[in-house]
Amino acid sequence: MANVNAGHHDHHPDQEELRTFAFWIYLMTDVILFATLFATYIVLQGSTDGGPGPKELFQMNGIYASTFILLTSSFTSGLAILAMNKGNRLALMNWLGVTIFLGASFLFLEINEFIHMVSEGATIGTSAFLTAFYTLVGTHGLHVTLGIGWMIIVIMQIAKHGITPVTKRKVNIISLFWHFLDVVWIFVFTIVYVMGVN
Amino acid sequence: MSKQSVHGTTEQHGGHGSLKSYVIGFVLSLVLTIIPILALENGWLDSDKRLIIYLVAALFQFIVQLFFFMHLKEEDKPRYNLMSLLLGLFIVFLIVIGSIWIMMYNMVAL
Repeated sequence: MANVNAGHHDHHPDQEELRTFAFWIYLMTDVILFATLFATYIVLQGSTDGGPGPKELFQMNGIYASTFILLTSSFTSGLAILAMNKGNRLALMNWLGVTIFLGASFLFLEINEFIHMVSEGATIGTSAFLTAFYTLVGTHGLHVTLGIGWMIIVIMQIAKHGITPVTKRKVNIISLFWHFLDVVWIFVFTIVYVMGVN
Repeated sequence: MSKQSVHGTTEQHGGHGSLKSYVIGFVLSLVLTIIPILALENGWLDSDKRLIIYLVAALFQFIVQLFFFMHLKEEDKPRYNLMSLLLGLFIVFLIVIGSIWIMMYNMVAL
């Protein structure tokens, strides 16, 4: 019996690992959600109904800035994982804090962009293109907002409980979520913005 | 996931990448963002050919994020994460390519 257990041990995932896999499955459902929104956007992007199109609306300098901010925040959430693996609680909390700050900066730029567009008369109801645009980019922004709130809660838990197997798993999962948001943004950046003004 | 976490011992650099791999991934992701920006701003090639630059850069960016940041390669043997990712990507292609195809050849709507 002991032998069988020992033999199984190498391939037997523990609970924490299974939970991480379950989160990965959730991410795949999010992939499908975004695929649907991207498909809608691609199909509707030419339907401007006489309203403003991508070339008139998008201010690329702000988009470049927010892209680099999000890429950097993906890197800093990775640095948080490294600090955690070294058992450095303070560095872990600091890097998560930096990631939150960068995520908030990204959101600030995005909200400003939306306000600017609406002030120019490009609202969600102006054309099918803009409906698809606000839905896709807004859904990503909503994910970033949730990620920031989530990260704040994880920091509070680390402050209270320290680095335990449970908080470790939570940091790993929020970091996975944050990298995922970065991946989605790459495609928003490429398909919506760069190809839109090309 | 690393072997260390399975055995419950404290983790070294094991399965979650090193500073080196994160820095390499970060630098690559910056380069893969700068290339399409330069192509767009400087008007490399003509606008149709530029699309290929954008899509190839995005694809490599995706791969860099998966391997350097999301640690897909370091998964243990039954590669369930990879399998679910492949299923997810299959559905993505079905939805995106299918939508584009059906809207291009939808003669009733046109």
